Amino acid sequence: MTLHTISVLVENKPGVLTRVSSLFARRGFNIESLAVGVTEDPTLSRMTIVVNAEETPLEQVTKQLHKLINVIKIQDLDPAEMVDRELVLYKVNAPPDRRHEIIEIANVFRAKIVDVGKNSLTIEATGANTKLDAMEDLLRAYGIKELARTGRIALSRGSREA
Amino acid sequence: MRTSGAEALVKSLQAEGIEVVFGYPGGVALPIFDALYDAEGIRTILVRHEQGAVHAADGYARATGRPAAVVVTSGPGATNTVTGIANAYMDSIPMVVFTAQVDTHVIGTDAFQESDITGITLPITKHNYLVHDSADIPRVVKEAVYIATTGRPGPVLIDVPVDVSKGELNYRHPESVNLPGYKPTYRGHARQIKNAATLIAKARKPLLYAGGGVLSSGAWKELKELAELMQLPVVTTLMGKGAFPEDHHLFVGMPGMHGGRFTNYAITETDLLIAVGVRFDDRVTGKLAAFATKAKVIHVDIDPAEIGKNRPADVPIVGDAKSVLSAIVAELRKMGAEPKTDAWMRVIDDWRTRMPFHYHPRETGVMPELVVERIRELTKDTPTVYCTEVGQNQMWACQYLKIKEPRTWVSSGGLGTMGFGLPAAMGAQVGRPEYLVVDIAGDGSIQMNSQELATISTNKLPVKVVILNNGYLGMVRQWQELFYNHRYASSELPQDCPDFVKLAEAYGILGLRVTTPDELDAALARAFDHDGPAVVDVRVVREENVFPMVAPGGSIDEMLGGVPGGPVSEMLDDEFLKEVWE
Repeated sequence: MTLHTISVLVENKPGVLTRVSSLFARRGFNIESLAVGVTEDPTLSRMTIVVNAEETPLEQVTKQLHKLINVIKIQDLDPAEMVDRELVLYKVNAPPDRRHEIIEIANVFRAKIVDVGKNSLTIEATGANTKLDAMEDLLRAYGIKELARTGRIALSRGSREA
Repeated sequence: MRTSGAEALVKSLQAEGIEVVFGYPGGVALPIFDALYDAEGIRTILVRHEQGAVHAADGYARATGRPAAVVVTSGPGATNTVTGIANAYMDSIPMVVFTAQVDTHVIGTDAFQESDITGITLPITKHNYLVHDSADIPRVVKEAVYIATTGRPGPVLIDVPVDVSKGELNYRHPESVNLPGYKPTYRGHARQIKNAATLIAKARKPLLYAGGGVLSSGAWKELKELAELMQLPVVTTLMGKGAFPEDHHLFVGMPGMHGGRFTNYAITETDLLIAVGVRFDDRVTGKLAAFATKAKVIHVDIDPAEIGKNRPADVPIVGDAKSVLSAIVAELRKMGAEPKTDAWMRVIDDWRTRMPFHYHPRETGVMPELVVERIRELTKDTPTVYCTEVGQNQMWACQYLKIKEPRTWVSSGGLGTMGFGLPAAMGAQVGRPEYLVVDIAGDGSIQMNSQELATISTNKLPVKVVILNNGYLGMVRQWQELFYNHRYASSELPQDCPDFVKLAEAYGILGLRVTTPDELDAALARAFDHDGPAVVDVRVVREENVFPMVAPGGSIDEMLGGVPGGPVSEMLDDEFLKEVWE
């Protein structure tokens, strides 16, 4: 099984998210993450779906996705040929005497402190999965109270030729 | 012109050429039924259960190639359509189902007779709509008919809230549809067509494997042309019956679980399987790993998702059967290809003569196979649409009828829906009034929608129902006999309850009973000649099995029952083979 990043361009209409996600569920796929938002054309949305799957069943589900009337285009993005990002918010235990350590970690990862509480810090970080996972490991030592991830968004890289 | 949403809906149906509505009203559907009340050119038929309406639209489409509409109310009216829609979806049958819905403002509040029917039918429709604005109705109906009838056909559902059908709009029928995400491929890839032709020209043991796609594409002429040009033997699936005349010398039967031994042998031996509009269903292939192992596969289908789904294709061709088959024929003619199947046909003919379908006739009891044979003989010269229920009755119909004309076979394939036959026959009769319509039924499945006897009676639809009454859920009992040690759990039905003759009479329908072989012909003839619907209750021998049979999950050339014969490897007579291949 390998992780695939599927980029699906769909019509921006009610119910389309359900059609797409239920199709994955129906065919026995577990979606690792799914991010959706409107594109440069307000009538279209882009869904970025990360799914752990074998090649053959994934090909079948892609073909089935194509059959949905509201689906315009599907790309199985090549990891070497895409840029991908994810945004994470961590709310970390931060008693006043340890705050500076946490801020330092955030700085190393070029993350931002977006909220300061009496005993907590909320950090915003973006990047690729590996970076975010590494940061999460370090923050775990202080105790992560809450965590929210947007899921991966990705685009294929622009052509290098003129 | 200001019209109500419901009137616009009906005008849109008229503009799209929909001639028949099968329906059942209820609270929020009333605006639509009111608009249908005096609609010109649309016949509205009141059924007795919403499932019957959908199967009727299904039978209508199978028999005519044209879609019908279904109109039902919200809540239970809508949920009662689910089985019918799932059946049409599995068999790729076009139809448009309108479900009325509660007022837009109360959707999501568990209002009286509210159900999320677009949610429920998401996986069993080709597409569905919940209409939010009356002004969208003309566009949505146009799109729905377009989606239902093009590409790989299928049912489309439109959910219409009552305020949307009451609201007003300026009606204008759109001239075209704009669906950027829906562009079916009709023409096959030129290089693949050339590859297919090359393989066909070379093959010594080719076999055409044709299915429902040939019928929905209207490609039977092209199929026959290809078969005759290259003298290719043809097998048709349950869904493909009628795509190739069954009295043709190149016809080699139906493959699969209850197919002919000779048919399954041909598949096992073929070196080139030319699959057209089929989906390598498990009831056809049996154990996939043992299916047509010696063959290269050319797979033609309009749905790219079917190609390579169960069996990898050596030559995949996405396209419409009609267009692709005629392109292949043109290519073969250009190449000056000549038939090479003399020897292969001799092998198949040898199997066919040695291993036909057969049963042991009795003097006292009526054999169910005999009933089907007699129906076949008595309707030989009458244009007839043959419908079936699901179970043993259906399999005997497959084995013993001879379907010679496209769209004269109406049977539930993929979903195997008991209760399909009678309402489907009703729809077929509406679409083909000049045809004799016979429903070959079992005593189990006929009871699943027998309320539609009222519909055929009141609408004077002269459907003939012939019940092979064995007092069992016959196919269930057969499996229990073979695989569950004769333990007939929940599969026995009293042969005399209900009394089908009295039941028919209660609906004002001619009811006849047959208990001995010598009564059979007279009763069938009387029913078929009768000017109106008829029910013939044939008390058949109770524990007859459908043979031959591939055990579930088994290899298709190893069949139980019927004329004895081993796997195909044992059935090849070396000396005979040497002679034919010389």
